[in-house]
Amino acid sequence: MTEKILMKGNEALAEAAILAGCRHFFGYPITPQTELAAHMSKRMPKIGGVYLQAESEVAAINMVIGASAAGARAMTSSSSPGISLKSEGLSYLAGSDLPAVIVNVQRAGPGLGGIQPSQADYWQATRAPGHGDFRLLVFAPSTVQEMVDLVGIAFDLGDKYRMPAIILSDGLLGQMMEPVVMPAGSNTKVPERPWATCGHGGKREHNIINSLYIDPPNMEAITKARFRKYEEIKEKEQRREEYLTDDADVVLVAYGASARISRSAVDMARKEGIKAGLIRPITLWPFPDKAILSKKAAKAFLCVEMSMGQMVDDVRLAINGKKDVIFFGRTGGMVPTPAEVLKEIKKIKGGI
Amino acid sequence: MKFQRPHALTKTEFHYCPGCSHGIVHRLVAEAIDELGVEGRTVGIAPVGCAVFAYNYFNCDMVQAAHGRAQAVATGIKRALPDGVVFTYQGDGDLAAIGTAETVHAATRGENITVIFINNAIYGMTGGQMAPTTLPGQVTQTTPYGRSTKDAGHPIRVCEMLATLDGVALAQRVSVDSVKNVKIAKKAIRKAFEYQMEGKGYTIIEVVSVCPTNWGLSMQDSLEWLRGSMLPHYPLGVLKDIGGGKEGKA
Repeated sequence: MTEKILMKGNEALAEAAILAGCRHFFGYPITPQTELAAHMSKRMPKIGGVYLQAESEVAAINMVIGASAAGARAMTSSSSPGISLKSEGLSYLAGSDLPAVIVNVQRAGPGLGGIQPSQADYWQATRAPGHGDFRLLVFAPSTVQEMVDLVGIAFDLGDKYRMPAIILSDGLLGQMMEPVVMPAGSNTKVPERPWATCGHGGKREHNIINSLYIDPPNMEAITKARFRKYEEIKEKEQRREEYLTDDADVVLVAYGASARISRSAVDMARKEGIKAGLIRPITLWPFPDKAILSKKAAKAFLCVEMSMGQMVDDVRLAINGKKDVIFFGRTGGMVPTPAEVLKEIKKIKGGI
Repeated sequence: MKFQRPHALTKTEFHYCPGCSHGIVHRLVAEAIDELGVEGRTVGIAPVGCAVFAYNYFNCDMVQAAHGRAQAVATGIKRALPDGVVFTYQGDGDLAAIGTAETVHAATRGENITVIFINNAIYGMTGGQMAPTTLPGQVTQTTPYGRSTKDAGHPIRVCEMLATLDGVALAQRVSVDSVKNVKIAKKAIRKAFEYQMEGKGYTIIEVVSVCPTNWGLSMQDSLEWLRGSMLPHYPLGVLKDIGGGKEGKA
């Protein structure tokens, strides 16, 4: 399948997960991720896969834990309030070194919030997806095509590093339709998992999937080993896309839906002779700080988000006070316009 | 006949308190696994509670689940390994308080899993707090004046509740307080595993158990309290059995 087809983001992501070898999906209804689970419920029975509507988000992520422990590529999807319920499971996945893919089609929060698109779960995904010392791989698609492409990468890297991965999407990307090309050669061959609890068959010692280490020195050693792995990931797996950054005075930093808007704003600025550019993080963790640091010509950074300012923390950490980092955002389900962003660019340009 | 350690138990010594029922029930589960010859395709799920270290005691593959989530984890495993034999081992707080939703829904889906449910009417590992199965009037750390049903509600009869659900193939309450009852318990656990292997649906064996440490009683007095106070509230017997072999309907 190499021709372009028109698909909704949520459905395209679901189909791509199947092409990546996912045969176990556990979900619970919530807007705006509905189409994703609906697509799985339609497809899985036809390909010998499992679609199960759990009794709660909590149960769904624990079913993912079970299926992953048993050696399967497993996935669950939800939207912001539901991801909060999955926190416990995310922590156990990380503590048990289990791969899995969790999709967050973000909506506005806190609380029940709203059902319009938002990027207000950045902190949750990159800082505190659950209790304890751990990280998750976090991918941020900005097109329907990327909803497709990043799922396979999330499964593969999850398996490579034995850790869960989040696809941090939003209601805008989930609901929009765009032409996509599905991966031609589906990589349904799931890597060997010698650690899986799938029955020892009398051929090996029993495997144990566990996150309990009651002895503090042991717990510290295991956590430190996990963080050495995280260091390797920070070194090797930073992903981003850059647009007109080489000579840019003002470098915008935006991911997902707000990156689409920021790109339009950069074009508008360029037409007016302002040297603007865009860094679009594709991995939110590991955050592409190397790319940000490499922009020597930049005089200021403008972070554009659909939140009150969350990723801007990571930009500031990368810049470490050396240059101005300015934030512009809309929240509560409001989407910034390119004109609004252009206005912010001009404000900065006036000051540098 | 030589009395030996079942192969399905590791050589790790149990950490359980003197008089605790866990040791006997672990052995019965291991004997069932041995007799059915399924250790190589069995996956067990350890709970949060005193039996959290069960993953060190059973020789089959083991997963340690979050508090209350054992049956959701078991569901994921069983759906990935339909030919596997999957059991959870849970206490009353784990199964009937924080894990009630997971329990009821695994049961009503008729998940082909076996649940070993230890009901000792108390939270053991955290030091003796009120459990969902604590009896009216029973003194615990968090019901120091006795469980008041007005304030703290009534204990849950789990097997009676689950027996009303169509997905349940076997729900039986047993005890290990006497040789006779140990034999009945052993047969029940084995039957539950057999039903699972025949694909009959959800099976649960509730074991009314003692906790001398947190009950503050001697081993002998604990057994007397179990018989005199717990069994009248939690009567032993089969609450539901759809029948084994060809007779039973899936």
